[in-house]
Amino acid sequence: MELEAAKMIGAGLATLGMIGAGLGVGQVWANYFNAIARNPASKDEIGANIWIGFAVTEAIAIFSLVVALIILFV
Amino acid sequence: MAEATHAEGGFPVDPMHQFEVHAIVPIKLGELDLSFTNASLWMVISALAVLLFLGLSIRGRALVPGRMQSMAEMSYEMIANMVRDNVGQEGRKYFPFIFSLFMFLLFGNLLGLIPGSFTFTSHIIVTFALAIVIFLAVTAIGVARHGTKFLGLFFPHGAPLWTAVILVPIELISYLSRPISLSVRLFANMMAGHILLKVFTGFILLTGFIGVIPLTVLVGITALEFLVAVLQAYIFTILTCVYLNDAIHLH
Repeated sequence: MELEAAKMIGAGLATLGMIGAGLGVGQVWANYFNAIARNPASKDEIGANIWIGFAVTEAIAIFSLVVALIILFV
Repeated sequence: MAEATHAEGGFPVDPMHQFEVHAIVPIKLGELDLSFTNASLWMVISALAVLLFLGLSIRGRALVPGRMQSMAEMSYEMIANMVRDNVGQEGRKYFPFIFSLFMFLLFGNLLGLIPGSFTFTSHIIVTFALAIVIFLAVTAIGVARHGTKFLGLFFPHGAPLWTAVILVPIELISYLSRPISLSVRLFANMMAGHILLKVFTGFILLTGFIGVIPLTVLVGITALEFLVAVLQAYIFTILTCVYLNDAIHLH
């Protein structure tokens, strides 16, 4: 198999790692809505912290993107 | 589109060209390249922007703040609260560094969204330099404060001793991966965002009249990039506070 073709396939496969990150980000807000449903008064307190959870989970998706880019271009 | 034939594969825009660092004032000391580059220029612009924003806004020293002074005070208060909540009372002496870090990264990320500018945080070497300095400084602070008891950070507190064989390497690797994750998170978010913007611009140039659709998407993505710029600066800063708390208070 040529190197270029293998690079393309590798980069495509590397982005499969984002599946987990997508599920994780959905979990952040799913649990936020659950928590507000149980206790509407905690909306602001939890609402300030969901962004940290989102960014840290999103970072994993970004790591897999970086691996894909490294395979493609390095 | 005359330029459509110049780029590779007929795509009118090269998304990687915007990250090229070139020297504006070449300075060479023997083998060492210390040129003033476009990255340096935008770092200086970001620092000056922060100084001007804070300095000019506070100038009035009104007791009841107007709009600009209110913004400056709110940014101070937000970071002060962040340091107090995440590091505690001993963290107050690190507030100037945390505040400078946050404002520098915030303005750097936001200024990078101006068309034609350069996002210096989209280079791994910049974010890694910041992250490794923070990592080494936090470790030094922890060791200076606790001495050899600092290694207790890696030993589990209430767990049975035989689990320590597995847990200590895991904790050690997770600790050593902190500067990497901190730097790559910021760098990859900025780089991916800007590549995305350039690729959608290419789509607009490719399609003629139907280019209105990628244009609408581009407006949405630019709004998302503003959110990501602010969020990533905030995340970098709050994780620095969390790591500092770990070193000062050893769990």
